[in-house]
Amino acid sequence: MKKLLMTVAAGAALAMTASAASAQTLNQVKQRGVLQCGSNTGLAGFGQPDAQGNWTGLDVDFCRAVSAAVFNDATKVKFVPLSAKDRFTALQSGEVDLLVRNTTWTMSRDTSLGLEFAVVNYYDGQGFMVRKKLKVNSAMDLSGASVCSQQGTTTELNLADFFRANKLKYEPVIFATADETIKAYDAGRCDVFTTDASGLYAERLKLTNPDDHVVLPEIISKEPLGPSVRQGDAQWNDIVKWVHYAMVTAEELGVTKANVDEQMKSANPEIKRLLGVEGKFGEAIGLTNDWAYRIIKHVGNYGESFDRNVGAGSRLKIARGVNALWNKGGLQYAPPIR
Amino acid sequence: MEENLAPGALVGQTAPTGALAHAYVRVEPVPSLPPPPGTVGAIGWVRANLFSSPANTALTIVAALLAAWVLPGMVSFLLTDAVWSGADREACVAKNGVLPGACWAFVKDRISFFIYGFYPIDQRWRVDLFFVLGAIGVGWMLWQNAPRRDIGMIYFLIVLPLLSYWLLGGNSWLGLSAVDTARWGGLMVTLVVAGVGIVASLPLGILLALGRRSKLPVVKFFSVMFIEFVRGVPLITVLFMANTMLPLFLPDNITVDKLLRALVGIGLFASAYMAEVVRAGLQALPKGQYEGAMAMGLGYWQMMRLIVLPQALKITIPNIVNTYIGLFKDTSLLLIVGIFDFLKAIETARVDPQWAAPTTSATGYAFAAIVYFIFCYGMASYARSMERRLSVGDKR
Repeated sequence: MKKLLMTVAAGAALAMTASAASAQTLNQVKQRGVLQCGSNTGLAGFGQPDAQGNWTGLDVDFCRAVSAAVFNDATKVKFVPLSAKDRFTALQSGEVDLLVRNTTWTMSRDTSLGLEFAVVNYYDGQGFMVRKKLKVNSAMDLSGASVCSQQGTTTELNLADFFRANKLKYEPVIFATADETIKAYDAGRCDVFTTDASGLYAERLKLTNPDDHVVLPEIISKEPLGPSVRQGDAQWNDIVKWVHYAMVTAEELGVTKANVDEQMKSANPEIKRLLGVEGKFGEAIGLTNDWAYRIIKHVGNYGESFDRNVGAGSRLKIARGVNALWNKGGLQYAPPIR
Repeated sequence: MEENLAPGALVGQTAPTGALAHAYVRVEPVPSLPPPPGTVGAIGWVRANLFSSPANTALTIVAALLAAWVLPGMVSFLLTDAVWSGADREACVAKNGVLPGACWAFVKDRISFFIYGFYPIDQRWRVDLFFVLGAIGVGWMLWQNAPRRDIGMIYFLIVLPLLSYWLLGGNSWLGLSAVDTARWGGLMVTLVVAGVGIVASLPLGILLALGRRSKLPVVKFFSVMFIEFVRGVPLITVLFMANTMLPLFLPDNITVDKLLRALVGIGLFASAYMAEVVRAGLQALPKGQYEGAMAMGLGYWQMMRLIVLPQALKITIPNIVNTYIGLFKDTSLLLIVGIFDFLKAIETARVDPQWAAPTTSATGYAFAAIVYFIFCYGMASYARSMERRLSVGDKR
């Protein structure tokens, strides 16, 4: 009986997924008049409500950018806070049109969950934080160190792999929760604190003297975070992908929120194509030709969004690092618009 | 005449009146001596309550030591060393390497988020009005001498839920703009969920309990099945089922509101527990009460309404309130399915880089504890006074 029920449930789930995917997401969004964006339930710098209850953050900005491209209005977003457990079902069942919730792009997720990762909007990865007075400049100098990390996450595994691969000795000090881990590091129970780099900066703020600690440059794991959409709607996938590329291209070309109106008169053919002065690139993905202009006007380019939410302009002060543009030593690279 | 009699006179009932004249018989009672100094006043109270036996003395000393160990730290963290004002985390970071106490400035800055969540700022008067209407309803129901409590009942069970629904969710007739439940949050959601759970679970629970004890096999079977099934799974499973699985089973164009799903889940869950509590009361009643009621010629519903339930519910008041308190705190599980209840609002705010500091988390949790305590203690106190009032008859 139980087996039969499970089969029926799984079948129903699959059928739902299939029917949801074949529907035209863009039309649904336009008809509804609001974009439903699966967001984090609170992650510093990525999706976080402020004192007035407005969502802010890098992932939140991405949702707003999609809304700006579709509606010419960055506020037509309904944020649906999702936990790590129900995020994929929410996307599969059509509760959200788009999932932007610091989700790591992995092969198993990409191939078996009925969803499609569109693009990477933040390259995260595990990093290390140490006390400045230890005068350590590289993770390679950490031999013999005691390392605080959280239990049962991939963090623990990556840590072991890194030290073994580099033939370094270390002593793991493991805690159940993130709060305990950072408390122990602050109290001096260990020399090194490790978690994903974006988290390192957020946790650093909880230390007694944040300025006495430094994040090492090495990133020892790959955690590409990006928005995902339901499988089978190529147009919607393209829109989400190109919203990010437009923001990156704008940064590359120096088009900002402040100067975008001026740039409309630019003679640079790349800017002309980006802002829709030339060509019909927007119409090709079901939007208007000024789609990128709208994004930059309402939200800004990638660099601006990064700065404001997690970078130098925010309290987290995360270095651009691998998230810098490709021509500045980073990985953010957008295919040309032409 | 009698009050003038000497005590001796009472013993010898037949003694002649002339006996009163004897010198060895007192005419007046001996003035009573004050009690020994060790048994009155503060010392007496302490001796009677704190040091009455060796075991008690040991307990007192242990408790005092414990208090001396915990209290100073608590007071200095929560009050004397606390930071009361400031604009951001700079106010609550360590000064010269010394950590401050609780960062109340953080709570002060985020209090509106804790109460209203994402509710649009210009519409928050609606939430305030909801709190006021709710308080009136609760006061009306709980205050024994309130006028027209029958109207109060109708107000509480029918008018208030409808009004709250329109007020918070929006209603085009009343000219209130729609506010999606995704924008509800904070204490308001906790109170809505707990309120719905509390109001829905008692009637449903009574019906289920009666159904379980019913002689009709079908009714009995379904009641037992429902109660045992719901009690057999953890609340968190019910919430996951409602929030994660249900959308997969429903057709594409039908989406049931996320908060509503959770409300139904919690309401049904609480009813199953309430049913067992009420059944305990029903079974505690002597059989004679049922038989007496039947002998009076009362029908089933009359018997239940007039004889059985009033007594059964009275017996189980402590258990009912226990279930309510549990339910009130269980609402914090909503955070796992991404609904921003009061605790989730604090959880989210405490990691905000604007306020992230060494003591921010502790402050947030302390604030949550205080608020939950106020509500739960309020419920418990009311239940105690209710029990005292109802048990007058038992103490005769």
